[in-house]
Amino acid sequence: MKPPPFDYHAPRDLGEALAALAEAGPDGKVLAGGQSLIPLLNMRLAAPARLIDINRVAGLDTLSAGPEGVRAGALARHARVERSAEAAAVQPLLRRALRLVAHPVIRNRGTVVGSLVHADPAAELPAVLALLGGSVRLAAAGGAERDVPAAEFFTGPMESAVRPGELAVSAFFPALPPGSGVSFRELARRHGDYALAGVAVLVTPAAARVACIGVGPVPIVVDVTEQAAAGDWAAAAQAVRERVEPEEDIHASADYRRHLAGVLAGQALRDAAREAETTGVRHHA
Amino acid sequence: MTRLFGEPVPRREDPRLLTGQGRYLDDLGQGALAAAFVRSPHAHAGIVDIDLSAAIDVEGLVAVYTWEDLPERVGAPLPLLIPHPALTHGRTAYPLARDVVRHVGEPVVMVVARDRYVAEDVCSLIRVDYEVRKPVVGVPEAAAGAHLVHEDVPGNVGAHLVQEVPAADGRSAAQAVEDAPHRLTFRLGIERSASMPLEGRGVYARWDADDRSLRVYSSTQTSTSVRMALAARFGLPLPSVEVIAPDVGGGFGVKIVHPWPEEVLVPWAAMLLGREVKWAEDRREHFVSSAHERAQEQTVRVGFDDEGRVLGLDVTILHDHGAYTPYGIIVPIITSTQLLGPYRIGAYRVEFSSLYTNTVQVTPYRGAGRPQGVFCMERTMDRIAAHLGLDRTTVRAANFIQPGEFPYDQGLIFQDGRPLIYDSGNYPESLRLLKELIGWDDFPARRAEAAREGRRLGIGIGCYVEGTGVGPYEGGHVQVTSDGRVHVSTGLTSQGQGHETVFAQIAATELGVPLERVSVVTGDTRRFGYAVGTFASRAAVMSGNAIALACRKVREKALRIAADALEADPGDLEVADGVVRVAGSPGASIPLATVAVLANPLRYAFDEETGRATQFAAGAGMDRPPVDEGEEPGLEGRDYYSPIRSTYASGMHAAIVETDPDTAEIRILRYAVVHDCGKLINPMIVEGQIHGGVAQGVGGALYERMVYDGHGQLLNASFMDFLMPYATEIPLIETAHLETPSPLNPLGIKGAGEAGVIPVSAVIASAIEDAEGIVIDRMPISPSELFDLRRAPAPG
Ligand SMILES: Cc1cc2nc3c(=O)[nH]c(=O)nc-3n(C[C@H](O)[C@H](O)[C@H](O)COP(=O)(O)OP(=O)(O)OC[C@H]3O[C@@H](n4cnc5c(N)ncnc54)[C@H](O)[C@@H]3O)c2cc1C
Repeated sequence: MKPPPFDYHAPRDLGEALAALAEAGPDGKVLAGGQSLIPLLNMRLAAPARLIDINRVAGLDTLSAGPEGVRAGALARHARVERSAEAAAVQPLLRRALRLVAHPVIRNRGTVVGSLVHADPAAELPAVLALLGGSVRLAAAGGAERDVPAAEFFTGPMESAVRPGELAVSAFFPALPPGSGVSFRELARRHGDYALAGVAVLVTPAAARVACIGVGPVPIVVDVTEQAAAGDWAAAAQAVRERVEPEEDIHASADYRRHLAGVLAGQALRDAAREAETTGVRHHA
Repeated sequence: MTRLFGEPVPRREDPRLLTGQGRYLDDLGQGALAAAFVRSPHAHAGIVDIDLSAAIDVEGLVAVYTWEDLPERVGAPLPLLIPHPALTHGRTAYPLARDVVRHVGEPVVMVVARDRYVAEDVCSLIRVDYEVRKPVVGVPEAAAGAHLVHEDVPGNVGAHLVQEVPAADGRSAAQAVEDAPHRLTFRLGIERSASMPLEGRGVYARWDADDRSLRVYSSTQTSTSVRMALAARFGLPLPSVEVIAPDVGGGFGVKIVHPWPEEVLVPWAAMLLGREVKWAEDRREHFVSSAHERAQEQTVRVGFDDEGRVLGLDVTILHDHGAYTPYGIIVPIITSTQLLGPYRIGAYRVEFSSLYTNTVQVTPYRGAGRPQGVFCMERTMDRIAAHLGLDRTTVRAANFIQPGEFPYDQGLIFQDGRPLIYDSGNYPESLRLLKELIGWDDFPARRAEAAREGRRLGIGIGCYVEGTGVGPYEGGHVQVTSDGRVHVSTGLTSQGQGHETVFAQIAATELGVPLERVSVVTGDTRRFGYAVGTFASRAAVMSGNAIALACRKVREKALRIAADALEADPGDLEVADGVVRVAGSPGASIPLATVAVLANPLRYAFDEETGRATQFAAGAGMDRPPVDEGEEPGLEGRDYYSPIRSTYASGMHAAIVETDPDTAEIRILRYAVVHDCGKLINPMIVEGQIHGGVAQGVGGALYERMVYDGHGQLLNASFMDFLMPYATEIPLIETAHLETPSPLNPLGIKGAGEAGVIPVSAVIASAIEDAEGIVIDRMPISPSELFDLRRAPAPG
């Protein structure tokens, strides 16, 4: 369980990092929190020729919360975002989702942006980004930054729109609209494990959406505005069940995952609708 | 008198172990060369060719070895540690595969390099050409026998054993079942799990060319036996080989197997290269190349009367033994004998077949076959209760051996080759305590109340008897030095159980010295060469009693010498706080330190204190030699404890579980344990052992399994997918102790190490069945499986 040899770069600023990435091209890999990449290296499942460690790059360790939403820089750790009262006030779903991500020690190092780029189909944050319609900002040497909307960012299991030579510099999570509610529910075999299935839910005065994890190649967003308007949670759950594409693995059957997505969606929609009714404009995490 | 025996003394090893001061295998030998292994990627294959050409030029590579490179004795098959007449086709592996690999993970090539990184790089460049064969995976395929794991083992049957205890009137068990008023037949199954110590195996060897001696550190449960095995294999004189178990981060059975391939190869390479060599197993290696346990398929036929008394029991077991049988058939023997638990069974027949499969070998894991046996018996008790419409505890009570019936001979031969005779116990009292602790009789009301809130609760129970403290022997050595310190050593090893604490408690109590003065060394052949090892809940019983007996020798000698010095009668003396005094006359006393000085008459002094023992010092009687006939110099003693047979601990567990009607999640709301291991040396340590055992049991019941696919690939060989529970998955464990002393040993104790794990699968199955009204006949069970069971059409 030792990684194969690789060249190691530890750039100090963004320009240097982008230059190193450009030079490495497809042979390069960004090292952020390392919570997903290092195990892959140690098990020799990944063997990049170059690692570009961004942990010392100035200016990426940012977290800002404003009326529009929350923007997390590439070095904003899970734990920092989880604990940020400002972020939670603007978008309470972030904190609730982050509490379900792994364990505290892993959240101390793992990054929000790294989790999005890693694009594990069972990860929580991709679902949050997809549900809220957020975006990821990408930079490359010599080019302009581009913002990729969530709907285009997740391209397959463990695959994102980041191209070789690109660095994800930040991610943007839109604020919770007034009179809205959110919820995250999942079922994991052990506390902190990737979920067997999970749902992030947003209920606004105008719409209701569910983003499901662990039941498809990417987060699956289901619009249940109609069913929610009628207060028909069973129909909403049924709509979720019909849309998800779970697969069987050693932990659960596809049928069970499908069933679970429906049950969790029903529960989370009730939570979010209740919150939308009772909390009005002010939200507490 | 210092009464430390029986007190909840805090574990003395904890400050060291919990603050990172422990010295585990991989903390040693920082300058040593590293070994790594090319392991088979196939479950069953012939080795056609090994091509080293791409690997040979890697900078930092020191040596590469295949089986062809091993001298005859080094390359011979590993020993079959415990032969048994029923094991007609015992098979063990070669240290490196010779021509054939029989499971994924079997070592094929050994690489020694500057460090582990280079060694693994080299491994990835070595090309092994395999001719893949059809693997045998799982009990049904093994039993079918269409394909063979070992060409010369027909039907894949390594061992076949039948034991039968006929009814009092001589009828066979089958006949007793046939004649019974009620009869049931059913099948049960348990899947694979494994010991999974947090520290894997590991070995570090130094060859001293000047001294021509070998020192080996191994993360083992038996250093004395590794030493003998290595000396024999290398043709070295025994005194030239020392083996030391440093701090060991858990064993749970897997480290009693020895010598492992790496335990042979690493010291051999160190001798050959004249360099220190080390290998520390990584987690993936541990999953695929150490050992697993548990998997069995059982068929039960039982006959009983209207009260639920078992008149006849006939059990057939198919035991998955993996690719090799280095530890013999201990596991299925324990299953088939300990299955009887606390019950008096009318007539019993048990038959098992040990089957080879192309998977990791099966050797004991904490509980060692008992969890399967208890699962079988306790599921049977629940079926009887359900059939008769009786309370599950009533049926058990109807079958209990009564307190007046000990010693109770079950009529079988146990794993130590001796008769299965229970020495003592009080099962009705145990059940009474358990029912009180869990609130058994109030449960129907609690269940009804929960049901009104839409919640589903169930209660379950499981009972067991555990043969502990198996022989043949252990020893203890106790030395009081002239500084008053007490040095205790015993040959068996520690893996974190708290031996440093309990053995010190025993010595301090026996000798009458403060605990702080006592130090304990285990598992170091430089200190104590005669030992068997740590397994079968035997350390406290075996070494504890041996140390007590050694202390008694020391105490007797101390009193003799002190009596001389104080001109008193030894019978009037007592020892407390490290001082020998004449009872009732406080002035007349002598510290043990001084007694130690007097015990060793000297020619040369090295300080003031020892000056008192030299030849011109006053007080020496001229009419006797300085060391009396029959005496030895020094204040020390050595003794051994060798029991006539095992001592039988027992316990009963109960749990309340909740199953989610929507998500099929299974939660343990309460877990209660009544435990009887005879006299308690340290109740806190016993509770800790129970907690750890229950945690492993919960793992086996709800989380852990080894998932092999049809090609013999282990699909979950990491902690990401092998779901060892975290602390968050373990319920609060409520315990009550019962103390029924063992009449077999001087301290009256029984083993406690494995107890916690034994009945957990049975208890949880019982509780889920109660909550769901669905028969649970296989464990472990996951929410997904419970969901499937709910939707399956009811049988019949
Ligand atoms: C035991 C354990 C349990 C876990 N459980 C969960 C869980 O329940 N839910 C969950 O969501 N996650 C879980 N994780 C993963 C954790 O959240 C990771 O931290 C996260 O997935 C990746 O973030 P990282 O910063 O560690 O990224 P790294 O491991 O450093 O990188 C991951 C991948 O993203 C790329 N990358 C990272 N940052 C950038 C960037 N700025 N630009 C371009 N590419 C980049 C890397 O090149 C790599 O391919 C778990 C991890 C562990 C070890």
